[in-house]
Amino acid sequence: MDPSNLQELAAGNTWTAIWPELSLGCLALLLLVLETLLPRFIHGKIQTFSIAGQVFILAALLLDLHTPYHESFNGLLVQSSAGQAMRVFFLLSSIMVSLLARASLWKHRVSKVEFHHIVLVVSAAMMLLVQSRNFVMLFVSLETVTVGLYILVSYYRSSARTLEAGLKYLVMGSLSSGLLLFGIVLLYGVAGSASLPGRSSDAMQYDELARFLAANPHNFLAAAGIALVLSGVAFKIGAFPFQIWIPDVYQGAPTPVTALLAVASKAAGFVVLLGLVGEAFAPYAWLVVPILTFMAAATILFGNLAALKQHNVKRLIGLSGVSHAGFILLAVVSVPRVPMAVGAVYFYLFAYLIASFAVFGVMTVLAGHDDSEQEIGDYSGLSRESPFLAGVLACGLGSLAGIPPFVGFMGKLFVFVAAFKAGHYGLLLVAIAGVVISIYYYFGWIRAAYFNDEPLASPEIARRARDGAGRLLAIALAALAASSIVFGLYQGPLGAWVSLR
Amino acid sequence: MSTTAFDPLLIAVVAPLALAATIALGAPKKWVVRLAYAGFGIPALMALLVWWRFGGEPREAHGFAFLSSYSTGLERFGIGLKLGLNGISLAMFVLAGLVGLAAGLYAIQSGAERLKTYLLLLLVMQAGLMGMFASVDIFFFYFFHELALIPTFIMVGIWGGRDRSYAAMTMTIYLTAGAMLSLLGLIAIYVKSGASSFDLLVLRDALASRPLGETLQRHVFGLLLFGFGILVSLWPFHSWAPLGYGAAPSSAAMLHAGVLKKFGLYGLIQIALPLLPFGAVHWSHPLALVAGVGNVLVIGLVTMAQRDLKQMVGYSSVMHMGYAFLGIAAGTAMGVGGVVLLMFGHGLSVALLFLLSTSVHRRTQTFDMGQMGGLAQGAPVLAALFLLATFASVGLPGFANFWGELSIFVSLWGFSHALTVVALTGTVVSAVYGLRAAARVFYGPQSDALARVVAGNAPRDMAWAEKAPALLLAAALLFVGLWPRSLSTGINQALQEAPAAVAEYR
Repeated sequence: MDPSNLQELAAGNTWTAIWPELSLGCLALLLLVLETLLPRFIHGKIQTFSIAGQVFILAALLLDLHTPYHESFNGLLVQSSAGQAMRVFFLLSSIMVSLLARASLWKHRVSKVEFHHIVLVVSAAMMLLVQSRNFVMLFVSLETVTVGLYILVSYYRSSARTLEAGLKYLVMGSLSSGLLLFGIVLLYGVAGSASLPGRSSDAMQYDELARFLAANPHNFLAAAGIALVLSGVAFKIGAFPFQIWIPDVYQGAPTPVTALLAVASKAAGFVVLLGLVGEAFAPYAWLVVPILTFMAAATILFGNLAALKQHNVKRLIGLSGVSHAGFILLAVVSVPRVPMAVGAVYFYLFAYLIASFAVFGVMTVLAGHDDSEQEIGDYSGLSRESPFLAGVLACGLGSLAGIPPFVGFMGKLFVFVAAFKAGHYGLLLVAIAGVVISIYYYFGWIRAAYFNDEPLASPEIARRARDGAGRLLAIALAALAASSIVFGLYQGPLGAWVSLR
Repeated sequence: MSTTAFDPLLIAVVAPLALAATIALGAPKKWVVRLAYAGFGIPALMALLVWWRFGGEPREAHGFAFLSSYSTGLERFGIGLKLGLNGISLAMFVLAGLVGLAAGLYAIQSGAERLKTYLLLLLVMQAGLMGMFASVDIFFFYFFHELALIPTFIMVGIWGGRDRSYAAMTMTIYLTAGAMLSLLGLIAIYVKSGASSFDLLVLRDALASRPLGETLQRHVFGLLLFGFGILVSLWPFHSWAPLGYGAAPSSAAMLHAGVLKKFGLYGLIQIALPLLPFGAVHWSHPLALVAGVGNVLVIGLVTMAQRDLKQMVGYSSVMHMGYAFLGIAAGTAMGVGGVVLLMFGHGLSVALLFLLSTSVHRRTQTFDMGQMGGLAQGAPVLAALFLLATFASVGLPGFANFWGELSIFVSLWGFSHALTVVALTGTVVSAVYGLRAAARVFYGPQSDALARVVAGNAPRDMAWAEKAPALLLAAALLFVGLWPRSLSTGINQALQEAPAAVAEYR
């Protein structure tokens, strides 16, 4: 190979463009180095160090938010303001997951530092995933995420339920990766066939693929490939009929990992879906929109109806997460017709991040040694034992339920406006039915925390409620609760940014 | 559009919120009550101030005055906090201020458990109520309604009486369903008007020049009617109301039945009628039939059968909403103006009745009217106030309700003779149950239950702290009853456009 050619390729590798991902990776490695170098008794501090490092990267990223990058690595990655926003998103989520891990890992005999290491790597991979505009890049970063999550889901090796969750996630995850890969291969193959117009030699690239699809608007193989890719992504976001793994895995996984799955992994799936629907598969809207419309309706109904009968809060939050996936899908199906729907998706994701972590934070504080056993009944009388935790919980649940003045309401409003503009009236009625049903179970949870006069179910939970969260986690939870109200009342620059989409 | 330095509307919204936040963030214990006094007093003062100044204030677009707007970062979506009042919203704004003050004063002296949280929630509710009627932007109109609604659920759930958990849940689900349907209707107007704005003034201009198609108007008005209707306990979606009010603590019931529930009617008058006149005409007959037969007649008879005093007041408020719907169905300036006056009068009188029922309960330890009697001997002021509230709610001349019901009946006669007869029968029914309740509670021989309570400590008459909020409400009822022009001039001005547009389609 001609060395000058290689040099030219290497010049396209704008390494500086991915400095946040690189520094997260370096931080992850540094944690392992510190663990080997430092004496055992200060290993606890490494967790705090990891959080501090992430906060530092977040601060640097916020300063660098407006630096323009366009394409890097010869089009593998395309940066945009949405990409920058999602970087912030994943950093926030990994900071919160680290905080939750710091508050819950000590209850178990597992190695702590590796956990943080994997969370950092997974978060960096998610950042790359949402910026990729190439199927190879997409698949590689997706696998990095998924393999990391396989380890994390079964992290409490001594718990049978955790192992069961790990196995289920492994099987389902591999299946979905397989479907995705099969779909990609089909698309690549058909786009390279010499007999078709608009043949492309580089169909892994989104824009090339879109060009080919536009030239062949009704190709069966391409349609099959698209359906398979969508199925693979639907697993990640937990959309019907690929949501079947969610309750068991969410219940069995350690709570911080459940949070990571529920928020970051789902958000990554949605951003990938946005890229596909809005860009690569745009010429096949005739196929994509009906599939996603059906998925959205079924997901909203399934998630809400299944959540009605749940008493275990981890399963409940998992199924309510399924219904939220349905609400976001409502905006995604509107993307081909209404540009503002993209902004609605991003806003909803941020609202979901704030609300979910508030709830997960309270769950983590109250969880005992076996954190898969958390019932709604355990929360009865929480407001008397700890008004702070009950308040954070109420803010989180209120926001998830989509009640003003919480930020979740604005998220739902944007989604509904987008869907209305796109003319999905039937879906909107389904969504409204879903909201009304969801009020029942969110309200049941709040009722347990506030209205029940009897004391907390067990003295142990009462003690944990009184002890409260550690100082760092308490600050983070207070910030989440406050921002769920502030962003509900005043969207400011975030609102302006969202409405620019 | 001016943004004046002193904006009484903004102060009325922000003051209770800010004081609630101060209480929440841990104001010293002895300050809580003083802060609450300020939190309820400031909105009431602001309301009286704008009422006083409204006549001389220059009118801007569509009869609105005191306009000001503030940005929340969503201008591109056509969402902004825009405050202003026209004659209709002025009446409701004053109502919210007065009932809020009365409910607040009554709550302060109630000695409820966890008083701090109770006052805090009431303050949030008060801010929502003031904001709801001051908003010209229909997004914020909805937003403030929800802001006031959530504390209601919580208050019913925590401080409620019998079956509070069940009542809170039922109320939450019904009212969420209503709110979501009306939100969908509002979004429909926002999108389909093409104005891409939630600003009511912009929407009115846009739809005046390019009205929506007739099919679309039918559908959107239907959405709004069902959504708002559930919120105003339109029969047969009323069952949450007596249940919820029966369980609600008195101040929450006063604020909800007196003010918050008027949201739906206000929305129909201020948004649906002017923007969707064809839809209004299309739905007017089914609406009038359901409201006349269902709300007025059926619920009127149901009310007569009640033994529980608080439930009776709850049912009677459902019944009186039927008159309001009849006025909206009639759709003339006189009818709709009557509805606004009735909303004002009913808000005051139902709040007063809820307040007095709780005062009765405090003296008899029961809400069962079968076990009461002879309370007037020990508590003559309470009895007098209760009679006055009953007279007002029945619609006797001299009270605000009278003018409202009279104008509704007159305009209803032109709409349908039969329904006017039904409505008039309703007033007889309401006189029967109202006066019978007053007789059972206050007159006749002293009941065994009362005798037992009296044996412990004699029922004293109302103390000043208890009397003051009741007197405030009674005075307002009489003031508007004797001088209805203080409100009706502004209301008539505000109703120059909408009913004319409705009449065109008829």
